Amino acid sequence: MKVLVAVKRVIDYNVKIRVKADHSDVDLTNVKMAMNPFCEIAVEEAVRLKEKGVATEVVAVTVGPKAAQEQLRTALALGADRAVHIETDARVESLAAAKLLAKVVEAEQPGLVILGKQAIDTDNNQTGQMLAALAGLPQGTFASEVVVENDKVQVTREIDGGLQTVELTLPAVITTDLRLNEPRYAKLPDIMKAKKKPLDVKSPAELGVEVESRLTLLKVESPAERKGGIKVGSVDELVDKLKNEAKVL
Amino acid sequence: MSVLVLAEHHDGVLVGATAHVVAAAKAIGGDIDVLVAGENVGAVAEAAAKLDGVSKVRVADNGVYAHQLAEPLGALLVELAGDYSHVLAAASTTGKNVLPRVAALKDVSQISEIVEVVDADTFKRPIYAGNAIATVKSADSLKVITVRSTGFDAVGESGNAAIESVDTIVENSQSTFLKQELAQSDRPELAAAKVVISGGRGMGSGENFTLLEGIADKLGAAIGASRAAVDAGFVPNDMQVGQTGKIVAPELYIAVGISGAIQHLAGMKDAKVIVAINKDEEAPIFQVADYGLVGDLFELLPELESKL
Repeated sequence: MKVLVAVKRVIDYNVKIRVKADHSDVDLTNVKMAMNPFCEIAVEEAVRLKEKGVATEVVAVTVGPKAAQEQLRTALALGADRAVHIETDARVESLAAAKLLAKVVEAEQPGLVILGKQAIDTDNNQTGQMLAALAGLPQGTFASEVVVENDKVQVTREIDGGLQTVELTLPAVITTDLRLNEPRYAKLPDIMKAKKKPLDVKSPAELGVEVESRLTLLKVESPAERKGGIKVGSVDELVDKLKNEAKVL
Repeated sequence: MSVLVLAEHHDGVLVGATAHVVAAAKAIGGDIDVLVAGENVGAVAEAAAKLDGVSKVRVADNGVYAHQLAEPLGALLVELAGDYSHVLAAASTTGKNVLPRVAALKDVSQISEIVEVVDADTFKRPIYAGNAIATVKSADSLKVITVRSTGFDAVGESGNAAIESVDTIVENSQSTFLKQELAQSDRPELAAAKVVISGGRGMGSGENFTLLEGIADKLGAAIGASRAAVDAGFVPNDMQVGQTGKIVAPELYIAVGISGAIQHLAGMKDAKVIVAINKDEEAPIFQVADYGLVGDLFELLPELESKL
Protein backbone atom coordinates (compact mmCIF):
# COMPACT_ATOMS: atom_id res chain seq x y z
CA MET A 1 0.00 0.00 0.00
CA LYS A 2 1.19 3.44 -0.92
CA VAL A 3 0.94 6.18 1.72
CA LEU A 4 0.72 9.83 0.71
CA VAL A 5 1.72 12.36 3.35
CA ALA A 6 1.13 16.11 3.03
CA VAL A 7 3.50 18.59 4.68
CA LYS A 8 3.44 22.37 5.03
CA ARG A 9 6.20 24.94 5.45
CA VAL A 10 5.23 27.30 8.27
CA ILE A 11 6.86 29.73 10.67
CA ASP A 12 8.82 27.86 13.38
CA TYR A 13 6.48 27.32 16.34
CA ASN A 14 8.90 28.94 18.79
CA VAL A 15 9.03 32.24 16.90
CA LYS A 16 7.09 35.16 18.37
CA ILE A 17 5.32 36.59 15.33
CA ARG A 18 5.07 40.27 14.35
CA VAL A 19 2.19 41.90 12.53
CA LYS A 20 3.27 44.14 9.60
CA ALA A 21 3.00 47.88 10.24
CA ASP A 22 0.48 48.29 7.40
CA HIS A 23 -1.68 45.50 8.89
CA SER A 24 -1.65 43.59 5.59
CA ASP A 25 -0.36 40.35 7.13
CA VAL A 26 2.13 38.80 9.52
CA ASP A 27 5.75 39.70 8.74
CA LEU A 28 7.58 36.58 7.52
CA THR A 29 10.76 38.21 6.19
CA ASN A 30 13.90 36.67 7.71
CA VAL A 31 11.84 34.51 10.03
CA LYS A 32 12.87 30.92 10.75
CA MET A 33 10.59 28.47 8.89
CA ALA A 34 10.08 24.77 9.57
CA MET A 35 7.81 21.83 8.90
CA ASN A 36 4.45 22.25 10.64
CA PRO A 37 4.63 20.14 13.85
CA PHE A 38 1.48 18.16 13.02
CA CYS A 39 2.96 17.32 9.60
CA GLU A 40 6.08 15.92 11.32
CA ILE A 41 3.76 13.56 13.17
CA ALA A 42 2.10 12.62 9.87
CA VAL A 43 5.47 11.80 8.27
CA GLU A 44 6.49 9.79 11.32
CA GLU A 45 3.29 7.74 11.19
CA ALA A 46 3.75 7.04 7.47
CA VAL A 47 7.35 5.93 8.04
CA ARG A 48 6.30 3.69 10.95
CA LEU A 49 3.66 2.08 8.71
CA LYS A 50 6.44 1.35 6.24
CA GLU A 51 8.67 -0.09 8.94
CA LYS A 52 5.81 -2.38 9.99
CA GLY A 53 5.47 -3.58 6.42
CA VAL A 54 2.01 -2.05 6.01
CA ALA A 55 3.15 0.67 3.62
CA THR A 56 5.26 -0.17 0.60
CA GLU A 57 6.04 3.38 -0.45
CA VAL A 58 5.77 6.78 1.24
CA VAL A 59 5.27 9.82 -0.97
CA ALA A 60 5.55 13.31 0.55
CA VAL A 61 3.73 16.22 -1.07
CA THR A 62 3.62 19.95 -0.43
CA VAL A 63 2.01 23.03 -1.93
CA GLY A 64 3.95 26.26 -1.73
CA PRO A 65 6.89 28.37 -2.90
CA LYS A 66 10.22 27.00 -4.09
CA ALA A 67 11.63 27.19 -0.56
CA ALA A 68 9.08 24.59 0.59
CA GLN A 69 11.36 21.97 -1.03
CA GLU A 70 13.43 22.20 2.18
CA GLN A 71 10.49 20.65 4.05
CA LEU A 72 10.12 17.95 1.39
CA ARG A 73 13.84 17.14 1.77
CA THR A 74 13.25 16.89 5.53
CA ALA A 75 10.42 14.42 4.92
CA LEU A 76 12.73 12.42 2.60
CA ALA A 77 15.46 12.41 5.25
CA LEU A 78 12.93 11.09 7.76
CA GLY A 79 12.11 8.12 5.52
CA ALA A 80 9.79 9.18 2.70
CA ASP A 81 10.76 7.56 -0.63
CA ARG A 82 9.99 10.39 -3.03
CA ALA A 83 8.36 13.79 -3.09
CA VAL A 84 5.95 15.89 -5.15
CA HIS A 85 6.14 19.68 -5.01
CA ILE A 86 3.23 21.72 -6.31
CA GLU A 87 5.00 25.01 -6.76
CA THR A 88 3.15 28.31 -6.41
CA ASP A 89 3.84 31.68 -4.82
CA ALA A 90 0.13 32.37 -4.40
CA ARG A 91 -1.58 32.44 -1.02
CA VAL A 92 -3.23 29.03 -1.14
CA GLU A 93 -6.28 28.64 1.08
CA SER A 94 -7.36 25.23 2.40
CA LEU A 95 -9.92 24.61 -0.34
CA ALA A 96 -7.41 25.13 -3.15
CA ALA A 97 -4.80 23.07 -1.30
CA ALA A 98 -7.35 20.27 -0.93
CA LYS A 99 -8.18 20.44 -4.66
CA LEU A 100 -4.48 20.21 -5.55
CA LEU A 101 -3.96 17.30 -3.17
CA ALA A 102 -7.05 15.57 -4.59
CA LYS A 103 -5.37 15.64 -8.02
CA VAL A 104 -2.27 14.03 -6.55
CA VAL A 105 -4.45 11.40 -4.84
CA GLU A 106 -6.12 10.69 -8.18
CA ALA A 107 -2.75 10.27 -9.90
CA GLU A 108 -0.99 8.31 -7.15
CA GLN A 109 -3.92 6.18 -5.88
CA PRO A 110 -2.58 5.84 -2.31
CA GLY A 111 -4.21 3.46 0.18
CA LEU A 112 -3.89 6.04 2.94
CA VAL A 113 -3.39 9.80 3.00
CA ILE A 114 -2.02 11.34 6.21
CA LEU A 115 -2.05 15.06 7.01
CA GLY A 116 -1.60 17.09 10.18
CA LYS A 117 -4.81 18.17 11.89
CA GLN A 118 -3.99 21.85 11.48
CA ALA A 119 -1.21 24.19 10.41
CA ILE A 120 0.02 26.47 13.19
CA ASP A 121 -0.01 29.57 10.96
CA THR A 122 -3.62 29.76 9.72
CA ASP A 123 -4.97 27.44 12.46
CA ASN A 124 -7.68 26.38 10.00
CA ASN A 125 -8.03 22.64 10.60
CA GLN A 126 -9.74 22.10 7.22
CA THR A 127 -7.49 20.64 4.51
CA GLY A 128 -7.72 16.95 5.46
CA GLN A 129 -11.50 17.02 5.78
CA MET A 130 -11.83 18.91 2.47
CA LEU A 131 -9.50 16.49 0.71
CA ALA A 132 -11.52 13.54 2.01
CA ALA A 133 -14.73 15.15 0.75
CA LEU A 134 -13.31 15.98 -2.70
CA ALA A 135 -11.71 12.55 -3.15
CA GLY A 136 -14.89 10.81 -1.91
CA LEU A 137 -13.01 9.15 0.97
CA PRO A 138 -13.84 8.61 4.64
CA GLN A 139 -11.88 10.61 7.20
CA GLY A 140 -10.29 9.90 10.56
CA THR A 141 -9.49 13.30 12.03
CA PHE A 142 -7.48 14.14 15.19
CA ALA A 143 -6.05 10.62 15.27
CA SER A 144 -4.17 9.41 18.33
CA GLU A 145 -3.94 5.79 17.15
CA VAL A 146 -4.03 4.20 13.70
CA VAL A 147 -4.32 0.46 13.08
CA VAL A 148 -4.48 -0.87 9.51
CA GLU A 149 -6.09 -4.29 9.15
CA ASN A 150 -6.77 -5.89 5.79
CA ASP A 151 -8.79 -3.38 3.79
CA LYS A 152 -9.83 -1.27 6.76
CA VAL A 153 -8.27 1.17 9.21
CA GLN A 154 -9.25 1.69 12.83
CA VAL A 155 -8.67 5.25 13.98
CA THR A 156 -8.88 6.40 17.59
CA ARG A 157 -9.83 10.07 17.56
CA GLU A 158 -9.37 12.71 20.24
CA ILE A 159 -12.80 14.25 20.71
CA ASP A 160 -14.14 16.74 23.29
CA GLY A 161 -14.58 14.71 26.46
CA GLY A 162 -12.47 11.71 25.53
CA LEU A 163 -11.67 9.27 22.76
CA GLN A 164 -13.72 7.77 19.94
CA THR A 165 -12.73 4.84 17.73
CA VAL A 166 -14.06 4.52 14.19
CA GLU A 167 -13.40 2.01 11.44
CA LEU A 168 -12.94 3.34 7.91
CA THR A 169 -12.79 1.59 4.57
CA LEU A 170 -9.54 2.08 2.65
CA PRO A 171 -8.51 4.25 0.98
CA ALA A 172 -9.01 6.86 3.71
CA VAL A 173 -7.73 10.23 4.88
CA ILE A 174 -6.26 10.60 8.37
CA THR A 175 -5.26 13.79 10.20
CA THR A 176 -2.83 13.57 13.09
CA ASP A 177 -3.21 14.83 16.63
CA LEU A 178 -0.24 15.53 18.88
CA ARG A 179 -0.33 12.27 20.75
CA LEU A 180 -0.25 9.97 17.73
CA ASN A 181 3.51 9.56 17.99
CA GLU A 182 6.84 11.19 18.82
CA PRO A 183 8.54 12.24 15.58
CA ARG A 184 12.17 11.17 15.13
CA TYR A 185 15.06 13.45 14.18
CA ALA A 186 16.72 13.21 10.79
CA LYS A 187 20.22 11.72 10.95
CA LEU A 188 23.04 13.35 8.99
CA PRO A 189 23.62 10.40 6.59
CA ASP A 190 19.89 10.34 5.88
CA ILE A 191 19.90 14.07 5.18
CA MET A 192 22.71 13.47 2.66
CA LYS A 193 20.84 10.54 1.06
CA ALA A 194 17.62 12.59 0.90
CA LYS A 195 19.29 14.97 -1.55
CA LYS A 196 19.39 12.17 -4.12
CA LYS A 197 15.81 11.00 -3.71
CA PRO A 198 13.38 11.93 -6.54
CA LEU A 199 11.42 15.18 -6.23
CA ASP A 200 8.85 16.03 -8.93
CA VAL A 201 7.76 19.61 -9.44
CA LYS A 202 4.32 20.42 -10.81
CA SER A 203 2.31 23.61 -11.14
CA PRO A 204 -1.33 24.19 -10.18
CA ALA A 205 -2.01 24.95 -13.87
CA GLU A 206 -0.65 21.53 -14.93
CA LEU A 207 -3.07 19.95 -12.47
CA GLY A 208 -5.91 22.11 -13.78
CA VAL A 209 -6.62 23.76 -10.43
CA GLU A 210 -7.40 27.45 -9.95
CA VAL A 211 -5.80 28.51 -6.66
CA GLU A 212 -7.52 31.88 -6.39
CA SER A 213 -9.80 32.15 -3.36
CA ARG A 214 -13.08 33.94 -2.82
CA LEU A 215 -11.82 34.73 0.66
CA THR A 216 -10.04 38.09 1.04
CA LEU A 217 -7.74 38.92 3.91
CA LEU A 218 -8.71 42.51 4.75
CA LYS A 219 -6.58 43.14 7.77
CA VAL A 220 -4.29 41.53 10.34
CA GLU A 221 -4.01 43.11 13.78
CA SER A 222 -2.27 42.32 17.02
CA PRO A 223 -4.64 41.08 19.69
CA ALA A 224 -5.50 43.41 22.57
CA GLU A 225 -2.55 43.46 24.95
CA ARG A 226 -3.22 42.40 28.51
CA LYS A 227 -2.30 45.03 31.07
CA GLY A 228 0.72 44.19 33.14
CA GLY A 229 -0.28 42.63 36.43
CA ILE A 230 1.22 42.71 39.87
CA LYS A 231 2.93 40.16 42.07
CA VAL A 232 1.37 39.59 45.44
CA GLY A 233 3.35 38.59 48.52
CA SER A 234 1.06 36.06 50.14
CA VAL A 235 -2.00 33.86 49.75
CA ASP A 236 -3.94 36.26 52.01
CA GLU A 237 -3.13 39.17 49.75
CA LEU A 238 -4.12 37.13 46.68
CA VAL A 239 -7.49 36.14 48.12
CA ASP A 240 -8.09 39.74 49.22
CA LYS A 241 -7.30 41.11 45.74
CA LEU A 242 -9.53 38.52 44.04
CA LYS A 243 -12.41 39.35 46.40
CA ASN A 244 -12.16 43.11 46.64
CA GLU A 245 -10.23 44.36 43.62
CA ALA A 246 -11.01 41.91 40.80
CA LYS A 247 -14.32 40.86 42.41
CA VAL A 248 -14.18 37.38 40.90
CA LEU A 249 -14.62 35.44 44.15
CA MET B 1 -30.56 35.73 4.53
CA SER B 2 -31.01 32.64 6.65
CA VAL B 3 -28.69 30.75 8.94
CA LEU B 4 -28.53 27.05 9.74
CA VAL B 5 -26.90 26.18 13.06
CA LEU B 6 -25.72 22.62 13.67
CA ALA B 7 -26.66 21.68 17.24
CA GLU B 8 -23.95 20.12 19.37
CA HIS B 9 -25.09 17.32 21.67
CA HIS B 10 -23.71 14.41 23.65
CA ASP B 11 -25.59 11.59 25.37
CA GLY B 12 -29.00 13.10 24.60
CA VAL B 13 -28.12 16.50 26.09
CA LEU B 14 -27.76 19.76 24.17
CA VAL B 15 -24.24 21.13 24.72
CA GLY B 16 -23.94 24.72 25.96
CA ALA B 17 -21.80 25.74 22.97
CA THR B 18 -24.91 25.72 20.75
CA ALA B 19 -26.34 28.76 22.58
CA HIS B 20 -23.12 30.65 21.78
CA VAL B 21 -23.33 29.69 18.10
CA VAL B 22 -26.94 30.94 17.96
CA ALA B 23 -25.64 34.25 19.36
CA ALA B 24 -23.18 34.45 16.45
CA ALA B 25 -26.05 33.64 14.07
CA LYS B 26 -28.06 36.52 15.55
CA ALA B 27 -25.14 38.87 14.90
CA ILE B 28 -25.23 37.80 11.24
CA GLY B 29 -29.01 38.38 11.03
CA GLY B 30 -31.89 36.68 9.23
CA ASP B 31 -33.92 33.62 10.19
CA ILE B 32 -32.12 31.07 12.34
CA ASP B 33 -32.85 27.36 12.03
CA VAL B 34 -31.15 24.75 14.20
CA LEU B 35 -30.40 21.26 12.89
CA VAL B 36 -30.41 18.45 15.44
CA ALA B 37 -29.02 15.30 13.85
CA GLY B 38 -28.50 12.06 15.74
CA GLU B 39 -30.33 9.08 17.13
CA ASN B 40 -33.05 9.50 19.80
CA VAL B 41 -32.55 13.25 19.96
CA GLY B 42 -36.10 14.35 20.89
CA ALA B 43 -34.96 15.94 24.16
CA VAL B 44 -32.12 17.73 22.38
CA ALA B 45 -34.57 19.20 19.87
CA GLU B 46 -36.82 20.44 22.69
CA ALA B 47 -33.88 22.11 24.41
CA ALA B 48 -32.79 23.72 21.12
CA ALA B 49 -36.33 25.06 20.54
CA LYS B 50 -36.01 27.09 23.77
CA LEU B 51 -32.97 29.05 22.57
CA ASP B 52 -33.80 32.72 21.97
CA GLY B 53 -33.79 33.79 18.34
CA VAL B 54 -34.35 30.34 16.83
CA SER B 55 -37.20 30.23 14.25
CA LYS B 56 -37.27 26.51 13.65
CA VAL B 57 -35.62 23.32 14.82
CA ARG B 58 -35.11 20.66 12.15
CA VAL B 59 -34.64 17.15 13.49
CA ALA B 60 -32.94 14.33 11.61
CA ASP B 61 -33.42 11.38 13.95
CA ASN B 62 -31.94 8.23 12.46
CA GLY B 63 -29.36 5.58 13.31
CA VAL B 64 -27.12 6.71 10.43
CA TYR B 65 -26.54 10.03 12.26
CA ALA B 66 -25.67 8.39 15.60
CA HIS B 67 -22.32 9.62 16.97
CA GLN B 68 -22.38 12.35 14.31
CA LEU B 69 -19.84 10.70 12.03
CA ALA B 70 -18.48 13.15 9.47
CA GLU B 71 -19.47 11.25 6.34
CA PRO B 72 -23.26 10.98 6.88
CA LEU B 73 -23.59 14.25 8.80
CA GLY B 74 -21.65 16.08 6.10
CA ALA B 75 -23.86 14.58 3.39
CA LEU B 76 -27.01 15.63 5.30
CA LEU B 77 -25.76 19.20 5.71
CA VAL B 78 -24.89 19.38 2.00
CA GLU B 79 -28.51 18.37 1.24
CA LEU B 80 -29.92 21.06 3.51
CA ALA B 81 -27.39 23.87 2.88
CA GLY B 82 -29.10 24.98 -0.34
CA ASP B 83 -31.84 26.69 1.71
CA TYR B 84 -29.38 28.88 3.61
CA SER B 85 -26.86 31.71 3.20
CA HIS B 86 -24.82 30.61 6.24
CA VAL B 87 -24.11 27.27 7.93
CA LEU B 88 -22.64 27.55 11.43
CA ALA B 89 -21.35 25.10 14.00
CA ALA B 90 -19.33 25.35 17.20
CA ALA B 91 -15.57 25.07 16.75
CA SER B 92 -15.72 21.82 18.72
CA THR B 93 -14.24 18.54 17.54
CA THR B 94 -17.61 17.77 15.88
CA GLY B 95 -17.91 21.12 14.10
CA LYS B 96 -14.28 21.03 12.99
CA ASN B 97 -14.68 17.48 11.75
CA VAL B 98 -17.80 18.02 9.65
CA LEU B 99 -17.97 21.60 8.35
CA PRO B 100 -14.88 21.60 6.11
CA ARG B 101 -16.36 18.52 4.41
CA VAL B 102 -19.59 20.42 3.77
CA ALA B 103 -17.72 23.47 2.45
CA ALA B 104 -15.60 21.42 0.03
CA LEU B 105 -18.65 19.57 -1.31
CA LYS B 106 -20.36 22.93 -1.90
CA ASP B 107 -17.12 24.30 -3.44
CA VAL B 108 -16.83 27.17 -0.95
CA SER B 109 -14.20 28.14 1.62
CA GLN B 110 -14.72 27.41 5.28
CA ILE B 111 -13.99 30.08 7.88
CA SER B 112 -12.68 28.61 11.13
CA GLU B 113 -13.20 29.75 14.72
CA ILE B 114 -14.63 33.22 14.23
CA VAL B 115 -14.61 35.43 17.34
CA GLU B 116 -16.51 38.40 15.89
CA VAL B 117 -19.09 39.09 13.18
CA VAL B 118 -18.26 42.37 11.39
CA ASP B 119 -21.10 41.96 8.89
CA ALA B 120 -22.79 39.07 7.10
CA ASP B 121 -19.72 38.54 4.86
CA THR B 122 -16.89 39.70 7.13
CA PHE B 123 -15.52 37.99 10.19
CA LYS B 124 -12.62 38.19 12.63
CA ARG B 125 -10.65 35.12 13.60
CA PRO B 126 -7.40 34.45 15.46
CA ILE B 127 -4.40 33.08 13.56
CA TYR B 128 -0.85 32.09 14.64
CA ALA B 129 -2.01 30.66 17.99
CA GLY B 130 -4.00 33.78 18.75
CA ASN B 131 -1.01 36.10 18.28
CA ALA B 132 -2.77 37.91 15.42
CA ILE B 133 -6.39 38.60 14.56
CA ALA B 134 -7.34 38.38 10.87
CA THR B 135 -10.35 40.08 9.33
CA VAL B 136 -11.57 38.04 6.36
CA LYS B 137 -14.29 38.76 3.82
CA SER B 138 -15.99 35.97 1.91
CA ALA B 139 -17.43 36.38 -1.58
CA ASP B 140 -18.88 32.85 -1.53
CA SER B 141 -22.65 32.55 -1.92
CA LEU B 142 -22.71 30.13 1.00
CA LYS B 143 -20.68 30.87 4.12
CA VAL B 144 -19.63 27.82 6.12
CA ILE B 145 -18.31 28.90 9.50
CA THR B 146 -17.18 27.45 12.82
CA VAL B 147 -17.66 29.67 15.87
CA ARG B 148 -15.34 29.94 18.86
CA SER B 149 -17.90 29.88 21.65
CA THR B 150 -15.85 32.05 24.01
CA GLY B 151 -16.21 34.91 21.48
CA PHE B 152 -19.99 35.16 21.88
CA ASP B 153 -22.27 35.32 24.93
CA ALA B 154 -24.85 32.53 25.05
CA VAL B 155 -28.44 33.44 24.14
CA GLY B 156 -31.20 32.92 26.72
CA GLU B 157 -33.64 30.01 26.92
CA SER B 158 -37.07 31.61 26.76
CA GLY B 159 -37.83 30.80 23.12
CA ASN B 160 -40.46 28.50 21.70
CA ALA B 161 -39.46 27.49 18.18
CA ALA B 162 -41.38 25.05 16.01
CA ILE B 163 -39.91 21.54 15.66
CA GLU B 164 -40.14 19.74 12.32
CA SER B 165 -38.59 16.50 11.20
CA VAL B 166 -36.20 16.10 8.31
CA ASP B 167 -36.75 12.91 6.36
CA THR B 168 -33.47 12.92 4.47
CA ILE B 169 -31.58 9.71 5.14
CA VAL B 170 -28.15 9.34 3.59
CA GLU B 171 -26.13 6.18 3.02
CA ASN B 172 -22.87 5.52 4.82
CA SER B 173 -20.81 2.48 3.96
CA GLN B 174 -17.40 4.11 4.56
CA SER B 175 -17.24 4.66 8.31
CA THR B 176 -18.43 2.72 11.35
CA PHE B 177 -18.51 3.77 14.99
CA LEU B 178 -16.70 1.22 17.15
CA LYS B 179 -16.44 2.68 20.66
CA GLN B 180 -16.12 5.76 22.78
CA GLU B 181 -14.33 6.34 26.07
CA LEU B 182 -15.38 9.53 27.76
CA ALA B 183 -13.65 10.91 30.84
CA GLN B 184 -16.10 10.97 33.75
CA SER B 185 -16.41 14.26 35.58
CA ASP B 186 -18.93 15.92 37.93
CA ARG B 187 -17.27 19.29 37.51
CA PRO B 188 -18.42 21.99 35.10
CA GLU B 189 -17.47 21.61 31.44
CA LEU B 190 -14.01 23.10 30.89
CA ALA B 191 -14.94 25.32 27.96
CA ALA B 192 -17.99 26.77 29.75
CA ALA B 193 -16.75 27.06 33.36
CA LYS B 194 -16.68 30.47 35.06
CA VAL B 195 -13.55 29.50 36.96
CA VAL B 196 -10.77 27.24 35.69
CA ILE B 197 -7.78 26.03 37.66
CA SER B 198 -5.05 24.36 35.61
CA GLY B 199 -1.93 22.47 36.48
CA GLY B 200 1.27 22.12 34.50
CA ARG B 201 4.49 20.18 34.61
CA GLY B 202 5.23 21.80 37.97
CA MET B 203 2.51 19.65 39.55
CA GLY B 204 5.05 16.80 39.41
CA SER B 205 2.56 13.93 39.16
CA GLY B 206 -1.05 13.00 38.46
CA GLU B 207 -1.67 12.36 42.17
CA ASN B 208 -0.73 15.94 42.97
CA PHE B 209 -3.64 17.17 40.85
CA THR B 210 -5.78 16.32 43.91
CA LEU B 211 -4.30 19.51 45.39
CA LEU B 212 -6.32 21.39 42.76
CA GLU B 213 -9.54 19.50 43.46
CA GLY B 214 -10.27 21.01 46.88
CA ILE B 215 -9.85 24.50 45.45
CA ALA B 216 -11.93 23.62 42.38
CA ASP B 217 -14.72 22.31 44.64
CA LYS B 218 -14.77 25.51 46.69
CA LEU B 219 -14.84 27.72 43.58
CA GLY B 220 -17.11 25.54 41.42
CA ALA B 221 -14.23 25.43 38.97
CA ALA B 222 -13.27 23.11 36.14
CA ILE B 223 -9.78 21.60 36.18
CA GLY B 224 -7.53 22.04 33.17
CA ALA B 225 -3.95 21.24 32.30
CA SER B 226 -1.09 22.33 30.09
CA ARG B 227 0.17 20.11 27.31
CA ALA B 228 3.27 19.35 29.36
CA ALA B 229 1.07 17.86 32.10
CA VAL B 230 -0.88 15.82 29.56
CA ASP B 231 2.22 14.58 27.75
CA ALA B 232 3.78 13.60 31.06
CA GLY B 233 0.72 11.38 31.59
CA PHE B 234 -0.47 13.28 34.69
CA VAL B 235 -4.01 13.77 33.32
CA PRO B 236 -6.06 12.80 30.23
CA ASN B 237 -5.73 14.91 27.09
CA ASP B 238 -9.29 16.26 27.09
CA MET B 239 -8.19 18.46 30.02
CA GLN B 240 -5.65 20.26 27.85
CA VAL B 241 -6.02 24.02 27.48
CA GLY B 242 -4.21 25.61 24.54
CA GLN B 243 -3.85 26.00 20.79
CA THR B 244 -4.25 22.29 20.27
CA GLY B 245 -6.61 21.69 23.19
CA LYS B 246 -9.56 23.63 24.51
CA ILE B 247 -9.97 27.40 24.33
CA VAL B 248 -11.37 28.87 27.54
CA ALA B 249 -12.30 32.40 28.56
CA PRO B 250 -13.51 32.13 32.17
CA GLU B 251 -13.93 34.94 34.71
CA LEU B 252 -10.97 33.57 36.64
CA TYR B 253 -8.13 31.36 35.39
CA ILE B 254 -5.62 30.04 37.91
CA ALA B 255 -2.44 28.64 36.33
CA VAL B 256 -0.44 26.48 38.72
CA GLY B 257 3.04 25.26 37.82
CA ILE B 258 2.55 26.38 34.20
CA SER B 259 5.38 28.30 32.55
CA GLY B 260 3.14 29.95 29.95
CA ALA B 261 4.32 28.82 26.49
CA ILE B 262 2.56 30.66 23.63
CA GLN B 263 0.64 27.50 22.74
CA HIS B 264 -0.87 27.47 26.24
CA LEU B 265 -1.56 31.21 26.28
CA ALA B 266 -3.51 30.75 23.01
CA GLY B 267 -6.05 28.78 25.00
CA MET B 268 -6.59 31.05 27.99
CA LYS B 269 -5.40 34.60 27.48
CA ASP B 270 -8.94 35.90 27.01
CA ALA B 271 -9.77 35.02 30.62
CA LYS B 272 -10.99 38.07 32.55
CA VAL B 273 -8.59 37.62 35.44
CA ILE B 274 -5.50 35.42 35.35
CA VAL B 275 -3.68 34.24 38.46
CA ALA B 276 -0.30 32.53 38.19
CA ILE B 277 1.29 30.45 40.91
CA ASN B 278 4.83 29.45 40.02
CA LYS B 279 8.15 29.11 41.77
CA ASP B 280 10.06 30.63 38.83
CA GLU B 281 9.52 34.36 38.95
CA GLU B 282 10.87 34.68 35.39
CA ALA B 283 8.17 32.37 33.96
CA PRO B 284 6.42 33.98 30.95
CA ILE B 285 3.02 33.30 32.56
CA PHE B 286 3.66 36.28 34.86
CA GLN B 287 3.65 38.60 31.84
CA VAL B 288 -0.06 37.92 31.26
CA ALA B 289 -1.14 37.27 34.86
CA ASP B 290 -3.12 39.96 36.67
CA TYR B 291 -1.95 38.51 39.98
CA GLY B 292 1.19 36.49 40.36
CA LEU B 293 2.28 34.55 43.39
CA VAL B 294 5.87 33.30 43.44
CA GLY B 295 6.46 30.25 45.59
CA ASP B 296 6.17 26.52 46.10
CA LEU B 297 2.77 25.29 44.93
CA PHE B 298 2.86 22.42 47.42
CA GLU B 299 2.78 24.96 50.27
CA LEU B 300 0.63 27.59 48.59
CA LEU B 301 -2.21 25.38 47.30
CA PRO B 302 -3.26 23.92 50.70
CA GLU B 303 -3.05 27.42 52.19
CA LEU B 304 -5.19 28.83 49.36
CA GLU B 305 -7.74 26.08 49.82
CA SER B 306 -8.02 26.76 53.55
CA LYS B 307 -8.53 30.47 53.01
CA LEU B 308 -11.26 30.32 50.39
